[in-house]
Amino acid sequence: MTTKDTMLEVKDLHASVGGNKILRGVNLSVPKGEVHAIMGPNGSGKSTLAHVLAGRPGYEVTKGEVLYKGKDLLAMNPEERAREGVFLAFQYPVEISGVSNVYFLKAAANAIRKHRGQPELDAIDFLQLVKEKAKVVDIDESLIKRPVNEGFSGGEKKRNEIFQMAVLDPALAILDETDSGLDIDALRIVAAGVNQLRSPDRSMVLVTHYQRLLDYIVPDVVHVLLDGRIVKSGGKDLALELEKKGYEWLEAPAGSR
Amino acid sequence: MTAAAAAPVFPAEVVRWREQYESFRATLPAEEPEWLRTLRATAIGAFEELGFPTTRQEDWRHTNVAPIARTGFQIPPATANVADLAVLDTLDFGHAFARRQLVFVNGRFAKDLSSADTADGVYVRSLREVLDRQPQLVQPYLDRQASGPGRAFAALNAAFLDDGAFISIPEGVVLAEPIHIVFLSAPASAPTASHPRVLVWAGRKSQAAIVESYGGPADAVYLTNAVTEITVEDGAVVDHYRVQRETSRAFHVGTLCVTQGRASRFSSHAIALGASLSRVDIRQVFAGEGGECMLNGLFLAGDRQHMDTHTWVDHAQPHCTTRELYKGIVDDKARGVFVGKILVRPGAQKTDAIQSNKNLILSRDALVHSVPQLEILADDVKCKHGSTTGQLDPLALFYLRSRGIGEEAARALLTYAFASDVVQRIGIAPLRAGLTEHLQRRLPGPADMKEAAL
Repeated sequence: MTTKDTMLEVKDLHASVGGNKILRGVNLSVPKGEVHAIMGPNGSGKSTLAHVLAGRPGYEVTKGEVLYKGKDLLAMNPEERAREGVFLAFQYPVEISGVSNVYFLKAAANAIRKHRGQPELDAIDFLQLVKEKAKVVDIDESLIKRPVNEGFSGGEKKRNEIFQMAVLDPALAILDETDSGLDIDALRIVAAGVNQLRSPDRSMVLVTHYQRLLDYIVPDVVHVLLDGRIVKSGGKDLALELEKKGYEWLEAPAGSR
Repeated sequence: MTAAAAAPVFPAEVVRWREQYESFRATLPAEEPEWLRTLRATAIGAFEELGFPTTRQEDWRHTNVAPIARTGFQIPPATANVADLAVLDTLDFGHAFARRQLVFVNGRFAKDLSSADTADGVYVRSLREVLDRQPQLVQPYLDRQASGPGRAFAALNAAFLDDGAFISIPEGVVLAEPIHIVFLSAPASAPTASHPRVLVWAGRKSQAAIVESYGGPADAVYLTNAVTEITVEDGAVVDHYRVQRETSRAFHVGTLCVTQGRASRFSSHAIALGASLSRVDIRQVFAGEGGECMLNGLFLAGDRQHMDTHTWVDHAQPHCTTRELYKGIVDDKARGVFVGKILVRPGAQKTDAIQSNKNLILSRDALVHSVPQLEILADDVKCKHGSTTGQLDPLALFYLRSRGIGEEAARALLTYAFASDVVQRIGIAPLRAGLTEHLQRRLPGPADMKEAAL
């Protein structure tokens, strides 16, 4: 596979958090336009992988490399990654009192536009964009004007993440446990929003513990992450198999450790 | 005074102040009432006994006033040089309070710089003028709250009591517009000291907002030693704002004393931004049932600034409510101090008091001492206090950066956001706008990021 078609190429990635080795040689290749699900039990390293890809300080890469559109992703700081088109939807979106959701997003959108050589949006153009993108996840405009995630319900926080993704228009979206804490109605809305954002130019990595999300967002490929390594990859049916059989049957496949 | 006993030996800096007091006294009008002379004489005597506080005293443990004690401050000339008062423009919030603005230069009322609506003195007058013409008006209130054991700076202020603002709101009168009082130190060839005094009486069910601003010429060494006493009668509402923007080599000491009557409401918003050394004491007493008190504060200290706030809330009566929020931001090698005490006296049942102190440390060499204290001597009360001191939340920083916002900008945004809830509680729009602008100028980081703060 040439890097031209590949959005994300993770090679033998090892990472530690607080001195604990979490990722122990992840290999992953996500072609442009595809949606890949990464499943695994708690503690398998799913969220760590998501945060390492977004560049979270304190998540130390000890070995391996990550190419994003053929560029060395690990050499970039978090804001550079975002400006290059990487987006992380947080499992636990951070509440930031005193910072307006909409203005923070305008600052972010313009930082990205500037990086791309596009003209910055003024307040009127930006509000137009916000109105349009708010429809993607049916988010209330009053929420958009409130302080970032402050006092939002779990469902509102997740919607806000997908709303931000819609506004920032990333090439690679990493969704960390986007289904956690959502009731079925909220899950449908969030999933419908994500599906609207699927495009031949955008790749997505869905990190999830449960198969449930994948009923609504059907992945092209499913990977199983166990003990810091991807131990099995397959089509969307693999998720169903995992739902039935759990992860135990994969735990010590001969020769993979 | 004891006459015949051997004269005690006072330290040189105290003797210097006594000498200044004597020359100041000689300039006072001969027809002043006896009680006023006695008040000053008692005060200078009290100061002599006390001397300047030292860090061995509990109330001054974290603040060393030796730089004030050793500076030879002069009494500013009677006719201050008002030629260079461009600084006034930086303090008056874009003339927002032009209808009721009193300007004091070196503690003395500057009629020409004050607005006509105030100079005619319906509710707002120069204290000197009242002392000259109707001293009986102020006698029942003057220095009744500020003086007390151990209060050396308040004693010094009383010893040099001369001019200031007297605000008297008659019963039932609601002032729609705030009163702005500006205390300005004038340029001088040597360090000067001024001792401004503000006396406020808000009659039953009256309502007023008062803004005090402090400032001076750039690079000058001067001392502002201010005392404000406020009486809020039953059912009255007073909002008090204190904006300290002294210049970088100045010293600022302020005392604010408030007594609240039954079912009265008082709010204090104390913003400290300037001076090399700043100390503010806020002392509040509930003298009647059902009062509400809100104390907000924000200080911003950089370089080697030292900023100290002490608050003391006295729930002497039942059914009163206190909400206190103090925030500090310290950068560089600055020091911040917050000591806040809420005292609930025996019998002050149904007291509802919350005190919160939050500090943000922006550099490795900055430091804050935070001492929240609750002393509860009643059993049916709801009281809570909390104190947090820390750096910017790394996860919030990462969240902003993961959206494409640069690290420096993200820091600026979070720092500004930290301060913003205190600023948002300021009820006077031009004041809020002026402070927002000031904070944005002072805080590090690109300016375009700050519009994202609420």
